[in-house]
Amino acid sequence: MSLAKRIIPCLDVDNGRVVKGVKFVDIRDAGDPVEIARRYDREGADEITFLDITATHDNRDTIVHVVEQVASEVFIPLTVGGGIRTLDDIRRMLNAGADKVGINSAAVFNPDFVREAAERFGSQCIVVAIDAKKVSSADEPGRWEIFTHGGRKPTGIDAIEWAKKMVDYGAGEILLTSMDRDGTREGFDLPLTRAISEAVTVPVIASGGVGNLDHLADGVLEGKADAVLAASIFHFAEYTIEQAKQRMAARGIEVRL
Amino acid sequence: MSSVAVIDYGMGNLHSIVKALQHAAPEAEVVCVSDAETILRADRVVFPGVGAIRDCMQALNQSGLAAVIQQVAQSKPLLGICLGMQALLTDSEENNGTECLDVVAGHVLRFPESLTDSDGNSLKIPHMGWNQVHQRQTHPLWENIPQDSRFYFVHSYYARPDDAAVTAATAQYPDAFSCALAQDNIFAVQFHPEKSQAVGLQLLKNFLHWDGQV
Repeated sequence: MSLAKRIIPCLDVDNGRVVKGVKFVDIRDAGDPVEIARRYDREGADEITFLDITATHDNRDTIVHVVEQVASEVFIPLTVGGGIRTLDDIRRMLNAGADKVGINSAAVFNPDFVREAAERFGSQCIVVAIDAKKVSSADEPGRWEIFTHGGRKPTGIDAIEWAKKMVDYGAGEILLTSMDRDGTREGFDLPLTRAISEAVTVPVIASGGVGNLDHLADGVLEGKADAVLAASIFHFAEYTIEQAKQRMAARGIEVRL
Repeated sequence: MSSVAVIDYGMGNLHSIVKALQHAAPEAEVVCVSDAETILRADRVVFPGVGAIRDCMQALNQSGLAAVIQQVAQSKPLLGICLGMQALLTDSEENNGTECLDVVAGHVLRFPESLTDSDGNSLKIPHMGWNQVHQRQTHPLWENIPQDSRFYFVHSYYARPDDAAVTAATAQYPDAFSCALAQDNIFAVQFHPEKSQAVGLQLLKNFLHWDGQV
């Protein structure tokens, strides 16, 4: 009897539509975010994350409307990430009904933004998203660095040190994405996940690379993640959230069924 | 038609709780207010809150809402949620010690560092996610909620009431702590019913039908 490990479906939203992962070149329309969120809620999702990948500033309001609609009928925690750069961006999302916001690049460019955000809104709603890539060679101990711009720009910042720093600055949770694995369906980068999870005191959400249900369980059992996030395996009804939970439970993980 | 006032004192967004109350009982009139008169006139009062206790108490003291809540606590059904629950106790360890409303005698303590589960894995703080709520007494607010249902938590401090008899439920992290308190017309929960799907909505519905008697 204890805290359940969480399964978090992630919806990449572009101009108000759910699309398949950011890394895919042939962006495939997966449907209406409100409808998909409703389905995930019914299937037992523990939380839902929206990642706004809308490129143009003008269309940013669409994600606010999506969150408003979902928050009016889906009563589980909602997180919104993508393009969160100012305290005002955070306020808008929280007012729309989001419970947490994901801060990514803005934290790298200005770490104090995380501190200000945590002081203003409380650590419980500040998720720092970390995109990490392996920089060590196969025969060295693992070393990972932070990348921005969807994994294209290196920053030279060590991922473990960065995660610890972000927690010191007030992050209430870390959303960790392996840029090497994102979109590959080969499973999480488990050594990375474990290294970060063991280095910080706050919960860590593993992300990037899920291709089957055992990958989710591996993230918890081997990666020591507190929650696991996946996008594409759930969108096209390849697997339901319920199936994912059954598999995790079968592997001895405590889940909310 | 019954009315419920959700106290708005600038701590966190109330969108979710208002929507959840409306969803749980569409016939109830839900208002989000900061003025004493409306709060005192409402049939029931919800006292939510997220963030740090010092900011919370400062806001309550400056606005005069502290006295209003103490008055409500004597007279009608009151539901404290999360920080709203913690603020009802005597004091909190948070922010180097903060005096609270002292409506329920007891203290708010921080989870100790380096907690581990039975397998030796370290437990994270905040305690975040879906944990089982073990009902310790029968109460109208537990109606139609199965024993050990999971509710959504996110907190780093927990309540320890002086009188163990007010503990309405416990959760384990890793030791049992009071996650729901019941004292006369007051019910308070550490978890977020507005984010706990069906069981959470059921608890809110129960509150909206509760006359404050046990």
